Amino acid sequence: MTRMSGAEIVVKSLIDQGVDTVFGYPGGAVLPIYDEIFKQNSIKHILVRHEQAATHAAEGYARSTGKPGVVLVTSGPGATNAVTGLTDALMDSIPLVVLTGQVPTFMIGNDAFQEADTVGITRPCTKHNWLVKETDALAETLHQAFHVATNGRPGPVLIDIPKDVQFAEGSYMPPKKAKTSHYQPQVKGDMQEIAAVVEAMAKAKRPIIYSGGGVINSGSGATQLLRELVSATGFPITSTLMGLGCYPASGKNWLGMLGMHGTYEANMAMHDCDFMLCIGARFDDRITGRTDAFSPKSVKVHIDIDPSSINKNIRVDHPIVGDVGHILEDLLRMWKADGRRTNADAVKKWWGKIDDWRAIDCLKFKQEGNIIKPQYALERLEALTKGMDRYITTEVGQHQMWAAQYLGFEEPNRWMTSGGLGTMGYGFPASVGVQIAHPEALVINVAGEASWLMNMQEMGTAMQYGLPVKQFILNNERLGMVRQWQELLHGERYSSSWSESLPDFVKLAEAFGAKGILCDNPEDLDEAIKEMLAHDGPVLFDCLVEKHENCFPMIPSGKAHNEMLLGENADTANAIQAGGAVLV
Amino acid sequence: MSPLDLKKGASRKSAYDLKTPFSDVNERHTLAVLVDNVDGVLARVIGLFSGRGYNIDSLTVAEVDHTGHRSRITVVTTGTPQVINQIKAQLDRMVVVHEVHDLTVEGPSVERELALVKVRGTGTERVEAMRTAEIFRARVMDTTTESFVFELTGAPDKIDAFVELMVPLGLVEVARTGVAAMARGSH
Repeated sequence: MTRMSGAEIVVKSLIDQGVDTVFGYPGGAVLPIYDEIFKQNSIKHILVRHEQAATHAAEGYARSTGKPGVVLVTSGPGATNAVTGLTDALMDSIPLVVLTGQVPTFMIGNDAFQEADTVGITRPCTKHNWLVKETDALAETLHQAFHVATNGRPGPVLIDIPKDVQFAEGSYMPPKKAKTSHYQPQVKGDMQEIAAVVEAMAKAKRPIIYSGGGVINSGSGATQLLRELVSATGFPITSTLMGLGCYPASGKNWLGMLGMHGTYEANMAMHDCDFMLCIGARFDDRITGRTDAFSPKSVKVHIDIDPSSINKNIRVDHPIVGDVGHILEDLLRMWKADGRRTNADAVKKWWGKIDDWRAIDCLKFKQEGNIIKPQYALERLEALTKGMDRYITTEVGQHQMWAAQYLGFEEPNRWMTSGGLGTMGYGFPASVGVQIAHPEALVINVAGEASWLMNMQEMGTAMQYGLPVKQFILNNERLGMVRQWQELLHGERYSSSWSESLPDFVKLAEAFGAKGILCDNPEDLDEAIKEMLAHDGPVLFDCLVEKHENCFPMIPSGKAHNEMLLGENADTANAIQAGGAVLV
Repeated sequence: MSPLDLKKGASRKSAYDLKTPFSDVNERHTLAVLVDNVDGVLARVIGLFSGRGYNIDSLTVAEVDHTGHRSRITVVTTGTPQVINQIKAQLDRMVVVHEVHDLTVEGPSVERELALVKVRGTGTERVEAMRTAEIFRARVMDTTTESFVFELTGAPDKIDAFVELMVPLGLVEVARTGVAAMARGSH
């Protein structure tokens, strides 16, 4: 076996795992690995400006490619700064392999300089983590880490590598020899359950398909099969925030996103359906609203690769544990082989009802006067970028929900947003990661000014690597979603929810050597967006929008799907009651 | 509710199916979890329980396979059937976990715990303590003219009963190992 230093083993393992990009930030405890990175040309290292941004950039890379994102940071603060990104990736099932340096083994536990109990701190926010104390165990651990991150429900893993382990010599082990037999999650679904689902599908009178991020994680084959299933059955389909793009927004069966800020038709159909096919989603509280009033009349099927997602929030009738792609393949094959037909008359009637809900046009808004409505800004952005090779990232808040409502996604892996954790500051670094993976594509981060400022230091990264990421900031000088909740819930007492002392974003862009564009008039908007798209380089687009616009429709917390607030005329005065007020 | 008489004689499948998955009634379950004996494995398991708000009534852990480095964690927990199912699923998906057995539903099982009980007293109290210990088949591990340390093995209920009887007789200190449990039968 080949002998080499621990740092060489790290880099060789990454190369053998097919890694082409590492997002990181050097420091004392990872210097040997950085030295090895310096000596080779297979792996590109992207120097971010903050370790949190490294993890989000890696998430953007992973979500847009389907490959694991790789992060390299130092011990102590390097590791603790990565915690937010790890948690974000865990909540949204994104495969990350994070390597952290650690003080030498003989100093662990001594409160050494830049020492932190990294495996202790990250245990609850990783799928699994390892502290490697022997150089000989390094290669196998790294290969196992990639296996764990990408198999089953994907997620972040972390490997903590003490500095003496990086210097010491050990033997290398190629990926194929690494033992991975112990972690082999079930991918094939139970055929009896699938048969029961086929039966229920044929009987369904008011069916709905509720898809989620699991479809995208399962790969492009799963997306294809989902689309086949929709066309084979004619069932209406909605999706969670994470699943946008698994069914095309232009598809005729598309109801739009569901949940707290989902469309009226999607939520009403979820509430009134008699058959719900949940594919790769997890009945999150943003989706279900009040759980005891969630879709009371339906037979529920839940396809999920993670057994712990079954019956966690909502009791289902047909749980099927396994990979979405495998299960949909079996389901479709059985559906076709049995010559099954849907209850066409009933389903047609159901579509009639859905069309009535659609006629409400829950996303309508009025662009009047000379102040830009945020919805209008996104509608124009959508119109002017439609059909382009486009990737969208977002920060977190109102703009994120508007982006989900007003932008259409035709393909998976084109939409990167922090769903489960709701991490402000996610979007900008994520857009950096996406642009690195897709250098020729148009990458836009739809942002709010407050979120964007949380990781604005990444302007440096964008400039250094010449990444033409477009930062489309809907600037309402407010923490819009916080302000909205304070309006609904706290008597319009806007405690700390406005952005004071904001920078001049145009000058800020110029200070980094980037382009800044300010737009504050609806008449100038199209030209300004075209200017942004035409510029070959990072652009900071400061779009001044209506300051007190609320995000509708909305299921107030503690309410059911059929108790939505619709648009500006909604009675918001007593929308949330005491029981709902404690919910987030 | 004693886990021993709950499912006695019931087959594996029917015992499972008898349960109402979304009942609000708390049940006591004994889980046997086989894990890799690696750094931090106990912290992982305990962290899961504390992080997700599950109860731990009793926990024992020791390496049971020295060559394969496997440890057996026996955990007694309380929760609604839905919570118990969550606990098992959450444990089962951990990378270090090889097997999760719910001894409470998988058929009859035995549960044993060991306790050391120190009692201080003289005269009739001391005699009474000794007599009670004989009834419970406790062994005297240490004695002075005014104290005993008893060793007692048995189901948790039995130990509870013994400890309760020792309180008026001069109970000083109790050390308990927590429950070790195993399915009955040849498998």
